Amino acid sequence: MSTTTTERGTGRPARQRGDVVFAGVAKGAGVLILLALAGVTFFLTFEGIPGLTGDDSVYSGKDGFLSYVWPLVYGTVLAALIALLIATPLAIGVALVTSHYAPARLARPVAYTIDLLAAIPSVVYGLWGINFLAPRLVPGYQFLQEHVSWLPFFAGPTATTGRTILTAGIVLAVMILPIITAISREVFLQTPKLHEEAALALGATRWEMIRTAVFPHARSGIVSAVMLGLGRALGETMAVAMVLSATGVVTFNLISSVNPSTIAANIALQFPESSGERVNVLIATGLVLFVVTFAVNFAARSIVARGQIKG
Amino acid sequence: MKTFTRVRKPHATHPAQEPRNATRPADTSPEQRRAAMARRIEVSDLDIYYGDFLAVRQVSMEIKANEVTALIGPSGCGKSTFLRSLNRMHEVIPGARVEGRIVMDGQDLYAPHVDPVAVRRQVGMVFQRPNPFPTMSIYENVLAGMRLNARRLSKSDADAIVERSLRGANLWEEVKHRLDKPGAGLSGGQQQRLCIARAIAVEPAVLLMDEPCSALDPISTAAIEDLIQELKTDYTIVIVTHNMHQAARVSQETAFFNLEGVGLPGQLVEMSSTKKIFSNPDNAATEAYVSGRFG
Repeated sequence: MSTTTTERGTGRPARQRGDVVFAGVAKGAGVLILLALAGVTFFLTFEGIPGLTGDDSVYSGKDGFLSYVWPLVYGTVLAALIALLIATPLAIGVALVTSHYAPARLARPVAYTIDLLAAIPSVVYGLWGINFLAPRLVPGYQFLQEHVSWLPFFAGPTATTGRTILTAGIVLAVMILPIITAISREVFLQTPKLHEEAALALGATRWEMIRTAVFPHARSGIVSAVMLGLGRALGETMAVAMVLSATGVVTFNLISSVNPSTIAANIALQFPESSGERVNVLIATGLVLFVVTFAVNFAARSIVARGQIKG
Repeated sequence: MKTFTRVRKPHATHPAQEPRNATRPADTSPEQRRAAMARRIEVSDLDIYYGDFLAVRQVSMEIKANEVTALIGPSGCGKSTFLRSLNRMHEVIPGARVEGRIVMDGQDLYAPHVDPVAVRRQVGMVFQRPNPFPTMSIYENVLAGMRLNARRLSKSDADAIVERSLRGANLWEEVKHRLDKPGAGLSGGQQQRLCIARAIAVEPAVLLMDEPCSALDPISTAAIEDLIQELKTDYTIVIVTHNMHQAARVSQETAFFNLEGVGLPGQLVEMSSTKKIFSNPDNAATEAYVSGRFG
């Protein structure tokens, strides 16, 4: 576009109609998503603010909004953190197998299977967690309590139902596994052959090649994948509401029957029997979740940006 | 003394037996350091396949130590494929395989117990397009191969290797004040010399170059060609080039590859001293190609 021809008198550069239409559609999509986000923010803010300063009676026995929301924030972040700690290494491992290790005829079915996990509704994960997973984890929790109870995480006493924050975290891990795997895999596959071969020609083993060429290239993609997974883990409602037996405490103990609830699960459980100011309180906790998610995303991005060499 | 059994951890039990220890400058004198001398390579009856497709047929040649051997020929004749078989990079492509023998110092590179990773540490490679690692600084790019060989590299050793390799690649004066900047920020010619520095940092015996100047301007090309002349005192060099003048300028030996026809495998037509290939070749096809009357 070095020669900008102007149509008679209009003074604007000539453009193809298709180009104009496409630019408009793309711009529209961008604006729409911003509007949606702004709308959600406004709703949460205006409906939530009355909930910040309500009477003590609306906070289910807690004195003030902060002491009401704090255990929920703690539970939300804790469950999401457990999920990420389990899912991220697993997802990266599966992604590597399907992108660089397994032969194509094996890798493709595995990748499809993982993608299928994403299609299962969260209520089904909840059922699976409560009926199948939780009882089977109880012996494991008992073992942890017997042998490593000096760690505050496994102090016990073990929940006989297995419906602990750790179980909830494990269910969440399975739920966010597909999204992290799928995105990581796509990014791994896009590593330039040129750089992979550069590493191999230097005498790198496959793993060394992955560390020298694939991971540096995939770095920001992995972070995006983990952030998307984290977003889902923070906001997941149904599965957590079903699996977790919540009492609204703040504790490091991961295997007992006293667990913090999460913001989203709390909203789902309380909403049917709430009215008036209590609804505002729940919306206010939603606003807090919104802010937490933003803050975590922002922090992760800045950490990644800091690690890169600049020219 | 040289074997291709791969030693994973240089700091492990038997430091004295480790071949790659010869490349660590701190505990070796310069003479010992060049113990990994240039080697000659003998290729006999080499068939190179992509799956079931025979790409190169029955190549036999001798690549002399401390000389530059040029591989020339039309596109698709298999010269790059042949080059990549010399450091077992060919088999990186799924389904690709090789039959025949490539012997370096009495050791068949394709013998069953030979680790391809160990071969690649002995036979370095420079690619057609400069490919420094984009997230690494110039300094780290040069050390990339060393980091694979010896995890524990003292700062002074590392500095010494970086300076020696960059000087060896005629790049030191241009980058010594910005070693911490990304390698991708250099010009194309500088990037290619950085890749050469990275390849020679691990002190291989042989250096393979796959059209190293085809993405470069004439001035950068001249710099690389000068460098090749200097490098041959330390390394055996095999270079693929489409540029006839380049082959004539830099090489002592020239091998001409050709295709018998479409879909047929490429093969070695003639190999001789560069002087003979370009003045008085034995084969009519060679003469037609080097004189530009190909077809």
